[in-house]
Amino acid sequence: MADGATPVLDVRGLKTVFRTRGGEVHAVNSVSFHLNPGELLGVVGESGSGKSVTMMSLIGLLPSPPADVRAGTVMLGGRDLLKMSADDLRDVRGAKVGFVFQDPMTSLNPVFTVGNQIMEPLIRHMGLNKKQAQIRAAELLALVGIPDAAARLKSYPHQFSGGMRQRVMIAIALACDPDVLIADEPTTALDVTIQAQILELVKDLRQKLGMAIVWITHDLGVIAGIADRVMVMYGGQVVEQAPVRELFANPQHPYTRALLKTIPSLTGEREARLQVIEGQPPILSGAPTACPFRARCAYAFARCEVENPERRAIDGRAVGQGHDVACHWTAEVAHA
Amino acid sequence: MLTFTIRRLLMAIPTLLFISLVIFLLVDFAPGSPMSQIPLTVPPEVRLKIIEAMGANDPLFVRYLLWLKQFFWVEPLVLFDTLFGTSHAHGMQRIVSWQSRSPVMDIIWQRLPQTLSVVGSAYVIGVLIALPIGIYSAYRQYSWFDQLGTFIAMIGFSVPTFFTGVVLILVFSVNLGWFPSIYDTSLRVTDWESFLKQVKQMAMPVAVLALYNAAQISRYMRSSMLDNLAQDYVRTARAKGMAERVVVLKHVLRNSLIPVVTVIALGIPTIFGGAIITEQVFKVNGLGALLINAIHGSDLPMVQTLTFIFAVLIVMFNLIADVLYGMLDPRIRYD
Ligand SMILES: Nc1ncnc2c1ncn2[C@@H]1O[C@H](COP(=O)(O)OP(=O)(O)O)[C@@H](O)[C@H]1O
Ligand SMILES: [Mg+2]
Repeated sequence: MADGATPVLDVRGLKTVFRTRGGEVHAVNSVSFHLNPGELLGVVGESGSGKSVTMMSLIGLLPSPPADVRAGTVMLGGRDLLKMSADDLRDVRGAKVGFVFQDPMTSLNPVFTVGNQIMEPLIRHMGLNKKQAQIRAAELLALVGIPDAAARLKSYPHQFSGGMRQRVMIAIALACDPDVLIADEPTTALDVTIQAQILELVKDLRQKLGMAIVWITHDLGVIAGIADRVMVMYGGQVVEQAPVRELFANPQHPYTRALLKTIPSLTGEREARLQVIEGQPPILSGAPTACPFRARCAYAFARCEVENPERRAIDGRAVGQGHDVACHWTAEVAHA
Repeated sequence: MLTFTIRRLLMAIPTLLFISLVIFLLVDFAPGSPMSQIPLTVPPEVRLKIIEAMGANDPLFVRYLLWLKQFFWVEPLVLFDTLFGTSHAHGMQRIVSWQSRSPVMDIIWQRLPQTLSVVGSAYVIGVLIALPIGIYSAYRQYSWFDQLGTFIAMIGFSVPTFFTGVVLILVFSVNLGWFPSIYDTSLRVTDWESFLKQVKQMAMPVAVLALYNAAQISRYMRSSMLDNLAQDYVRTARAKGMAERVVVLKHVLRNSLIPVVTVIALGIPTIFGGAIITEQVFKVNGLGALLINAIHGSDLPMVQTLTFIFAVLIVMFNLIADVLYGMLDPRIRYD
């Protein structure tokens, strides 16, 4: 996993705006990141910081209107996903990129069997016939740790527990052996013990299948145990990015520091966690002209009000490769 | 599901018995008497004789029990006899209309085809129009198609059918002369020409009722689709790369149809009762017209029997709606 390897996914300058009745909402503002083969990139940030919208923009999953992906390139396998037709993009979704969503209770269709829902992408993308798809679906269910897989294909989602349903979602996402798996808070809706089981499963599947993973969470504790690299998002921007050890050892952005202080103990109350930093992420009605975190930042000074900080490497390597941060305070004061 | 159905069927028996009693009492206490139908020139003693012969003088509970026996025993036997050429019901007293003195059920069987062909086909056409309109309106919410659909649907169920009926008659019969304004019940379809005639005379009443039905059902379909289009599983289907056609017509539609099918099933009994006004406007000689005439003529056996049949249909289609719901939604387990 050398940093020099060609990334499987390379996102540059992504901008997504929602056109609502109350005006525009700039949800993603010039987000750039890449994903190396086999790597697990953790994306953290409070709820509302633009994590989901970023990932759904990549792959054309946002309904338009109201969403408008305005700028950027998303390179996957040598092609720019943002320039693709809707039809071509459908060939990528579910085949090259798999998605797992937050709420397993509502993400599966209640009126179709689990088998049917796993077989759909197999038939659609892999050109399997029904019989072959069925065999493969049973293999996938077994792979994600569901006992008696062949028989469970005929079950409906409501006959599974939340954790089991999330395993089914993972089976669907991995059905066509994707290069990239995007998991959007896949354990947030589950109890702590089930959460741990799903984490173990993903670690295990990563070893076996070797796909690259984007793991979205607002829980830095989860990231510590699973990610290779971490990207911290706030106000629709990447505010800090570093290898996981580096980030935990040497956090730069005041927001990252605040997040690290809020990691719960193992038994931790999940609700109270992020309220430790006063205030909420902003809803931006225009392209940001100032630091989005300034209102909640203990270190904000004059420059933060007039200029949105750019990401800057702090270890002499290129932005995105080593450790970089978007903060005037770290640039001028902390490292002065 | 089977035990559920059987249990519900058994539970329907006391319900229907109770309904029959209520209907019987209500109809009996209603003002108007069969005597008013006998001309005043008939001498009083003859009148009395007539009334006695009709059984109208017997105590209420005797008449009720007799009616129960006739409805649940004699009439089914008669039906059996006509179907299989047997003669089990020979000599048994059937429910007889006070107005026409012929068996109530025979008259109902005569009138049924008119109602079924006009009101029934209006319902079917209404449903067939409503479903695609509802689906497309929801998929393209707030598009001009959706706005137009909303507008027409609003007209469809806020303007009463007697009004649209009269407007249609004025425009298409009186002014343009395209369609007849009176439904000719005696018309028999034997060749192409009489078939065209039948289609022509059905066109306006069917259009009025179909518009009304389509207006309601398309709204149900639309709102059910909108509910489901916003669900997380739709995003999952798209994330799997499924074509929009599959996402909408398989994933969303299958879920959206569950409540709509129930509404459609519950609406079927209204085919028989609810078209009373339209049958009057277009002079269709169906069950609705039959009921109205029987009420005017204080023909108690006819009114009681017809009303009870409507009640049976409503109870039956409620059960059918529940069973369909259970079949369409795997989360429902009745047993
Ligand atoms: N459909 C929408 N219309 C308007 N704004 C939206 C819509 N969806 C998301 N947003 C805005 O985008 C921002 C980022 O949301 P999201 O990516 O869901 O946050 P996260 O996943 O980090 O919790 C939020 O401020 C939210 O208000
Ligand atoms: Mg989110």
